[in-house]
Amino acid sequence: MSSGELEPRATSLFGDEEVALVDLLDRLLAGGVVLAGDLTISLAGVDLVRVSLRALITSIAPVERPGTLAVRAERAEQAERGDTERSGAGAPEAGTALEAGRG
Amino acid sequence: MSDTLTYVYALARDVDPGAAGALRGVGGRPVRTVEAAGVAAVVSDVDRAEFEERALEERLEDLEWLAATARAHHHVVDTLGRDHLVAPLALATVYFDDDRVRAVLTEGRATFAAVLDQLAGRAEWGVKVYGRPGAAREQAGDEKPRSGADYLRRRRAALREGDTALDAAREVAGEVDAAATALAVASRTHRLQDATLSGESDPMVLNRAYLVPVERTDALRELVASYGGHRQVRVELTGPWVPYSFAQAAPEGSTP
Repeated sequence: MSSGELEPRATSLFGDEEVALVDLLDRLLAGGVVLAGDLTISLAGVDLVRVSLRALITSIAPVERPGTLAVRAERAEQAERGDTERSGAGAPEAGTALEAGRG
Repeated sequence: MSDTLTYVYALARDVDPGAAGALRGVGGRPVRTVEAAGVAAVVSDVDRAEFEERALEERLEDLEWLAATARAHHHVVDTLGRDHLVAPLALATVYFDDDRVRAVLTEGRATFAAVLDQLAGRAEWGVKVYGRPGAAREQAGDEKPRSGADYLRRRRAALREGDTALDAAREVAGEVDAAATALAVASRTHRLQDATLSGESDPMVLNRAYLVPVERTDALRELVASYGGHRQVRVELTGPWVPYSFAQAAPEGSTP
């Protein structure tokens, strides 16, 4: 490695650097002498596929904060529910009718 | 209470303090050594607040943090490992201060000495084998199917060929593994990398690490080179690695 290559580079999972990050994480997340540190940062269960997908989503939508995404997801869900309620408009009446029948 | 914690990168023997001092670790902080009981710990200070927060939140889905920490850890261990005997520690092992590190070194001195002895004169190599499903398809021809039934017949045949190609690749991978294991003093399986992570379109059929004595390095390189241009597999060699996969306190037998 020459000193000219020491500039910071974009994080890449596929490893355009000397060592592929995915090969490095294979080793760093599952290897090395395991000592109980004074602060435990649990890395054993890190799911790299999930982590990378999340990173991908973040890179595609850099303006969206997780909060915004959650709000949007909620709105989308509400809209969907609105649709089903409209199409199934008879449902609450059916419930009322049932109660009335019982009473 | 101090604002910093002591991050431990590796255990080592006979480290030149000048070589360690020239390095920058996690967060760009200078690296130094802490010695006790004949073993040196390669350490640097890290920001206490940052690591306390990590420990609390375990926000490890932050790929940028994970990647930066992994790269910094690797830089220190890999650079020192070129001229020194090192046993890397797991990522993000931190202690409250240097005195705690000395206490741990003293307490585990027999174990650490054994770990270091086992790694002397040996290096880790990674071997990855990918199948070449395209090999079978090339012969299938590109004619358009004459009918729906013809299409389905061809599709089934292609799927069968794909399975056969993968089975064949696994068989060759087994040969590679057996030959590499014969050269190694220990071996360890890593997870097969998902295509999302490897960036490879070919399916991975073997991902394994071998601890190889330095005098057998050439033999391992020749073994891998002998599979160059193989019809069914592509064999990839990575290394030499500092022995991440073999710096284990408990002796591990050769895993199946």
